[in-house]
Amino acid sequence: MTAATNTKRNLVTAALVAPAAAWLMIFLVLPFIAMLVFAFGERAPEGGYQAAFTFAQFANLPTRAAAFWNTLILAPIGALACLLIAYPVAYYLAVKANPRYRLILVSLVVVPFWTSLLVRTYAWMYILGSRGIPNLLSMIGIEDVRMLNTPGAVLLGIVYGYLPLMIMPVYVSLEKLDRRLLEASADLGAKPVSTFFGVTLPLSLPGVMTGVALVTILLLGEYLIPQLLGGGKVFFIGNALVDLFLQSRNWPFGSAIAVTLVAVVVVVLMVAMRIAFRVAGTRQVDLV
Amino acid sequence: MTSASTNDIEFRSVAKRYGAVTAVSDINLEVPRGAFMALLGPSGCGKTTCLRMIGGFEQPSEGTVFISGEPMNGVAAYRRPVNMVFQHYALFPHLDVEQNVAYGLRQMRPRIAAGEITRRAQEALEMVRLGGFGKRRIHEMSGGQQQRVALARAIVNKPKVLLLDEPLAALDKKLRTAMQIELQTLQRDLGITFVLVTHDQEEALSMSDFVCVMNAGRIVQVGPPQEIYDRPASLFVADFVGKSNRISATVDGNASVRFANGARFSAPAVNGTRGAAMVALRPEAIHLTRNGAASADTLAGTVTHRIFLGSAVEYSVAVDGLGDFLVTADRRTLGDGELVEPGEKVGLAFDPNALHVFPV
Repeated sequence: MTAATNTKRNLVTAALVAPAAAWLMIFLVLPFIAMLVFAFGERAPEGGYQAAFTFAQFANLPTRAAAFWNTLILAPIGALACLLIAYPVAYYLAVKANPRYRLILVSLVVVPFWTSLLVRTYAWMYILGSRGIPNLLSMIGIEDVRMLNTPGAVLLGIVYGYLPLMIMPVYVSLEKLDRRLLEASADLGAKPVSTFFGVTLPLSLPGVMTGVALVTILLLGEYLIPQLLGGGKVFFIGNALVDLFLQSRNWPFGSAIAVTLVAVVVVVLMVAMRIAFRVAGTRQVDLV
Repeated sequence: MTSASTNDIEFRSVAKRYGAVTAVSDINLEVPRGAFMALLGPSGCGKTTCLRMIGGFEQPSEGTVFISGEPMNGVAAYRRPVNMVFQHYALFPHLDVEQNVAYGLRQMRPRIAAGEITRRAQEALEMVRLGGFGKRRIHEMSGGQQQRVALARAIVNKPKVLLLDEPLAALDKKLRTAMQIELQTLQRDLGITFVLVTHDQEEALSMSDFVCVMNAGRIVQVGPPQEIYDRPASLFVADFVGKSNRISATVDGNASVRFANGARFSAPAVNGTRGAAMVALRPEAIHLTRNGAASADTLAGTVTHRIFLGSAVEYSVAVDGLGDFLVTADRRTLGDGELVEPGEKVGLAFDPNALHVFPV
């Protein structure tokens, strides 16, 4: 191979990568650097950012402990709740459902996405609010049930909103599963339950891990659901950030929180992928 | 319950239907204990369906499959004393070689001690000459090695019957021949019954004690390989197992076979056929003679093609009034060791006993 063809090849590669690279540079890397700089700065007296180098913002993090606590507890619990519901659904769709109707059933999973999450979550506000289920309960004599603005309401909203996102990767990994492996397992004397835990589950773990990581990461940045279903009582980091940037205009403190959140996401992602790799015994992960 | 049977596998009037489609019907078959049985047939003939009914992956629509005399209707695959080597091996990709082999042992109840499991898995791997490969991952093994892992995994539970679904189909020719010998040796060492499904007649003939030829969902002939080859029960068997020349003919009352070109032979084995018939004649049953003219027991023709195979030579010979004949000749058949050139006139001589006559 000559140097000339090598150069040409490199140019083509560069041309292919350039748009995505430019996009990420302008809208991800540069803002992140700005945020990192802000995080070590100070709030200007009139709000916004003032150049400085201080760890004061990070030292201040404990004042938003509740937001971190809610996020870091409810996001994984929400993802796990999604998984517990999504796995049987995905299993049914991929393994048990009549192949003729499979496509229809799978599209039904996606249909809710055609309506805005805002509208759907708003609907839950009414269902859980004082004129919704608590009202019905009071008719049969059960008074003073509070549903809205509780962690339970936020969890419900999370499961409702993110379930399809969990079903799809699990479905894909189960659908790809070679049926002959299940026959081989039965042939070797494994009861159906043993086959599930010995073959089906381990081989669908990449999908499970993808789903859990996907939903958890999105939940860590969730704003809408805690805002509508948590009221002011159950708030996430996302809600704290909106407050800090738009209300109190404390950009440096908001940046410090955001940077910390990114650090948490990266750690979560790395741990999840490490586990998925080890269990599946492969170096590739199916990102659907 | 049947008496203590000497058959490891028995099919009694078994049929399998998928909706309106009949996969197999009227299957009656006995596989004696310790035998090597090959189910041979073209793709779609139902041989794999039969194997899967033994394994328990399909239930017969009619009739009963017996394993060691026990009826297997409704018995799940995981309860059957048989193990299978799957067509594409179906090895577990998330387990290493040793864990794959140990999988069946781990399912045993009461549980086997971990050390014992390792020992037996190692033993099975040694049997297929894969000792020391236990910690490898499946995708690190070649096709031939994966085949042997599948074999080790299937024999480690000491099944009464080992089922093999086209086990050699994915291997290249050299490896396939080596594995044929290995399988035969393994079967003799283990002393268990093997049931092999194949569409490769050479494989069936070379390895098995019995061949069961199937076509279109039915059994057409069961017997030892030599018998299948030498006395095919139908034109289909004559064609499918080995090569045959087909000659249209008529048979008269004196068991005399008259070919379409008028040549007449007295064939003792006409199977009671009268009238229009089809005659099968093996290519190697024909002897070429140089400059031969047609006579009482000889056909005359012209060589059109020659295929040199090394140890043997295949000639295509145009016989007057009968079309092309395939003739396989040893190199020294003609005495002088010289090959016959295309275009040469030859005589085709054969023993009339080699004619297989079937009604049409």
